[in-house]
Amino acid sequence: MLEILLDATVRAGTPILFATLGAIINERAGIINLGIEGLMLIGALAGFAGTHASGSLLVGVLAAFIVTFLAGSIHAVITVQLRGNQIVSGLAMTMFGIGITALFGKGMVGQTIAGFERVAIPLLSDLPVVGKAVFNQNLLIYFSFLLVFIIWFFFYRTRWGLAVRTLGENPAAADTCGVPVNLYKFLAVTVGSGIVGIGGAYLSLASTPMWIENMSAGRGWIAVALVIFAGWSSPKAMLGAYLFGGITAMQLRFQAMGTTVSAHILQMLPYFFTIVVLVVSTMRLQKGASQQPESLGLPYDREDRK
Amino acid sequence: MKLVTERREISSPLLRFLTPIGSIAVALFVAGFLLLASGVDPLAAYKDIIVESLGSMYGLSETLVKTTPLIFAGLGVSLAFRMQIWNIGAEGQIYIGAMAASGVALFSGIDNHWLMLLLMFTAAFIAGGSWAGVAGFLRARWQVNEVIVTLLMNYIAILFVDYLVYGPWKDPKGFNFPLTAQFTDSARLAEYFDTRLHSGFFLALFVALVLYLFMERTVWGYQIKVIGSNPKAAQYAGMKTGTTIFMVLFLSGAIAGVAGFSEVAGLQHRLQHGISPGYGYTAIIIAWLAKRSAIGVVIVSFLMGVLLVGGDSLQIYWQLPIALVYAFQGLILFFLLASDFFVQYRIKLVKGGKYA
Repeated sequence: MLEILLDATVRAGTPILFATLGAIINERAGIINLGIEGLMLIGALAGFAGTHASGSLLVGVLAAFIVTFLAGSIHAVITVQLRGNQIVSGLAMTMFGIGITALFGKGMVGQTIAGFERVAIPLLSDLPVVGKAVFNQNLLIYFSFLLVFIIWFFFYRTRWGLAVRTLGENPAAADTCGVPVNLYKFLAVTVGSGIVGIGGAYLSLASTPMWIENMSAGRGWIAVALVIFAGWSSPKAMLGAYLFGGITAMQLRFQAMGTTVSAHILQMLPYFFTIVVLVVSTMRLQKGASQQPESLGLPYDREDRK
Repeated sequence: MKLVTERREISSPLLRFLTPIGSIAVALFVAGFLLLASGVDPLAAYKDIIVESLGSMYGLSETLVKTTPLIFAGLGVSLAFRMQIWNIGAEGQIYIGAMAASGVALFSGIDNHWLMLLLMFTAAFIAGGSWAGVAGFLRARWQVNEVIVTLLMNYIAILFVDYLVYGPWKDPKGFNFPLTAQFTDSARLAEYFDTRLHSGFFLALFVALVLYLFMERTVWGYQIKVIGSNPKAAQYAGMKTGTTIFMVLFLSGAIAGVAGFSEVAGLQHRLQHGISPGYGYTAIIIAWLAKRSAIGVVIVSFLMGVLLVGGDSLQIYWQLPIALVYAFQGLILFFLLASDFFVQYRIKLVKGGKYA
């Protein structure tokens, strides 16, 4: 029972994990991205269409990354180069994503593909309790484990990572040190968006191998909230994403057991808990326990340097 | 030779007036290619939008019917914008307002027309306000991000209304459709000219006028503007920032909640699944395009009403998904943000080296 629940937790949490990781990269560079929900949909459709056309799951994932990278570049140009309002641009991206995927996804509704299959890692997958949940999953889930480590390593063990973090804290200082501020910010937004897109592709290639209009169903927004819960750190993002994966898994389990509680009420739980978690983590943030990037959300103009 | 950007000392009023119109025009142009890509002749589609929404008395009345909830929700969102507070939850507030008004209409058993409407209005006002007030309280008390809270509460509100119309409030004679019983006549707003246009539209105009006077002619309105543009100065002046944040979000949600009242009392005459097809999200664009002016909200709401009625006709005649309207709205915002840059900055070609 616990094994099944853990397994379902990881599976339900992974798309949110990818989305949260992408959003963390954005925000570390000082750019708020409220377009996560729309980017996930774009990634889901691009991934599905790529796999549907080529028959290869790898092509699908790459397509998801590239297309959301390009979509993210709209947000990047508006917020970085043109110093536009980040909140409005992100909301525009979400609307754009919902609309454009509904338009171009029409032909994909009802199509089928062969989705990601489990790949058991010998010996490790036989471990009690966690073996199945961690070592008998699909390749995208293994990739998400790797990505958590890569992002942590990048931000805390490389020069470039330090430069990107400085952009979120004090872009003027980074500028003075010769960091190409706009280029790095642009790349942080686009690469982060691409990773959000892979989270979307997980939905259409692994969770349910098909395209359904609006299939992200608010997961992008949960990811935006989880960034704060995770304190902008990738390992904690994993914890947050699985917490929500767990709630989703339990909710589905309740429904499968035929509980008398309405499905509509059960479906509220993830959103409700996200708000609770957001409140608690913001209260911690107030006490100075966390590390919100200092200049998050502010446009940077060299002329404004003091 | 190098391109540099330079901040304009004064942004010209003409430019500021022209950019929203220009953005819509460019967005139309780009959306044309999206239509072409999905095999639709954009010019024919645009002609359909105009003809369907403005070309007949019936079309015009339908446009005004869609304009009505947009004005309420747009006013609500724009009120919060004044204070640099983001109410992304108008959609949920509409649902909760509609639910509260429906609760009164279905279960109060009042016969008096005016008393019934007054109670429905008040219920929607308080319910929508309290819904947004949660985010207002969290923001005022602990600085919790109101964008995320208001947005997530949309999902909860919509699911809760679904719970009611699929469950306890479902009309036993409704052939199992997700809707409540119809309201009695005492719970219905007046309709005009044999169309679906109802008095909610005039109520919306009235609320716009009241908000305009409130913002421009009262100390309260002035405080909201000061807190929005300079919270530190406001605090030094002894204004209660926290209380005002809560009150503004409450009022913002309350006005959006009234949109829910107007929809159920004026148009649907019952609560049902999908009572708002995203009016609350369109309201964000309206507030942004209107640059925080109440009159602007009315004008832009009408334009968006045209777009929504047009979107319906594209769905009927061209089998295009209704969500296409969202893509279009997203594009308008993108171009509006981009054009703001050219209002604030001028681009110059200068000679010389990198640091000249």
